[in-house]
Amino acid sequence: MSMRVAVTVNGTEFARDIEPRLLLIHFLRDELGLTGSHWGCDTSNCGSCVVWLDARPVKACTVLAAMTDGRSVRTVEDLERDGQLDPVQQGFIECHGLQCGFCTPGMMMTARWLLDRNPDPAEAEIREAISGQICRCTGYENIVRSVRWAAEHPAHHRGDNL
Amino acid sequence: MQVPSYVEYERASSVEHALALLSRPDHRVLAGGHSLIPMMKLRLAQPGVLVDINGLAELAQIRKDGGVLRIGALARHADLLDSAVAGELYPIVHDAERVVADPIVRLWGTVGGSLCQADPSEDLSAVFAAARATAVIRGQDGDREIPVREFHLGPYETVIGPGELLAEVRVPVHRGVGSAYEKVARRVGDWSVAAVGAVLRLGQDQAIEEAGLGLTAVGAEHFVAAEAEDFLRGRAPDEESFARAAAIAAVHCRPVADQRGPEDYKRHLVAELTIRALRRAAERAAARAGPPR
Repeated sequence: MSMRVAVTVNGTEFARDIEPRLLLIHFLRDELGLTGSHWGCDTSNCGSCVVWLDARPVKACTVLAAMTDGRSVRTVEDLERDGQLDPVQQGFIECHGLQCGFCTPGMMMTARWLLDRNPDPAEAEIREAISGQICRCTGYENIVRSVRWAAEHPAHHRGDNL
Repeated sequence: MQVPSYVEYERASSVEHALALLSRPDHRVLAGGHSLIPMMKLRLAQPGVLVDINGLAELAQIRKDGGVLRIGALARHADLLDSAVAGELYPIVHDAERVVADPIVRLWGTVGGSLCQADPSEDLSAVFAAARATAVIRGQDGDREIPVREFHLGPYETVIGPGELLAEVRVPVHRGVGSAYEKVARRVGDWSVAAVGAVLRLGQDQAIEEAGLGLTAVGAEHFVAAEAEDFLRGRAPDEESFARAAAIAAVHCRPVADQRGPEDYKRHLVAELTIRALRRAAERAAARAGPPR
């Protein structure tokens, strides 16, 4: 039996008829066409599917889309606004924070959340924050540097938390 | 691609609504979902209807209420880790929450979900068993309180029946208590190879009035080292007592060899982690008591 969900994604409300067992990651990618969030290990280990649900990061492979009815979701597509990159995105460019790019959307969503709570995180705090996420290129050094770069260049961050 | 088993979905609008739904056949609580949804993907769980309780904020409170620390079943691991009152009264809770899964999972996984999942390798069962906490189980006819030490019937099985819901965990607050949790895992976010939680209550004479020892992932009945607790009661909180209690705990638990290590290694860990947890619990008990006046 299908059910109706109405969820605000990146500031826009979407309503869809879905099966209750549909995972949030597939809802975002297949129903809404938001393919920025990556579907990786499917076991809540790798974190490439991290999005925000009600302003908290979550592994979207381990949440039912049904659970998001009436709530708000933010995905990597929402980091850039009006052509202006989020400092986290700019940091990943400046510091070569991605190689294959698969883990990148999840890493960036967690990094933005960390910086909103802790604008000047120490290296150890960044490593702790991303410890539930896997970069199989093993590019962690540059990911940490990228997040530090974003912390040091907050100038054009708009502070727009959902 | 892992697709959860076919399921229907209901959202509970109140605790009463949740209890009414849960009294129907084949209805199951959905909280954080971070154990249940993976199990549904693997067909280890195939509930007919999920009852989503995530909107029931009254079940998510963490507060001190008289002589009791009350932790709502729907409190997220991250909320418990952020709770200053929990960390002050029972640092064992913060020790454990720092090593439950990973920071993102902790934002959604719940305290009650961990206890109700009743995984033998889950950390909070040993923590709350060591602290002699009580589980408050709500049903349509009211609440019943069950010691956490009697909450688990075995792996993945608890005393919660149809039409019931774990509402909160109540941890008694005493003077002179120190506590600590020590875990060895192969990597960040992994289950324990073994872990030990210790809660020590020291009397006026600085002897051990009461000891709680919780063991994770080593087959201890009700997650406790009861024989070692018996040994510690009335003794001085010193290295000799700790070493002897550790040896007792290592003998009485029942670890099994698996991909995380052989049996003898796990017994070795139980002994060493028991000493470390007791040592740190005693230091914290002394620090809480403050300098003599």
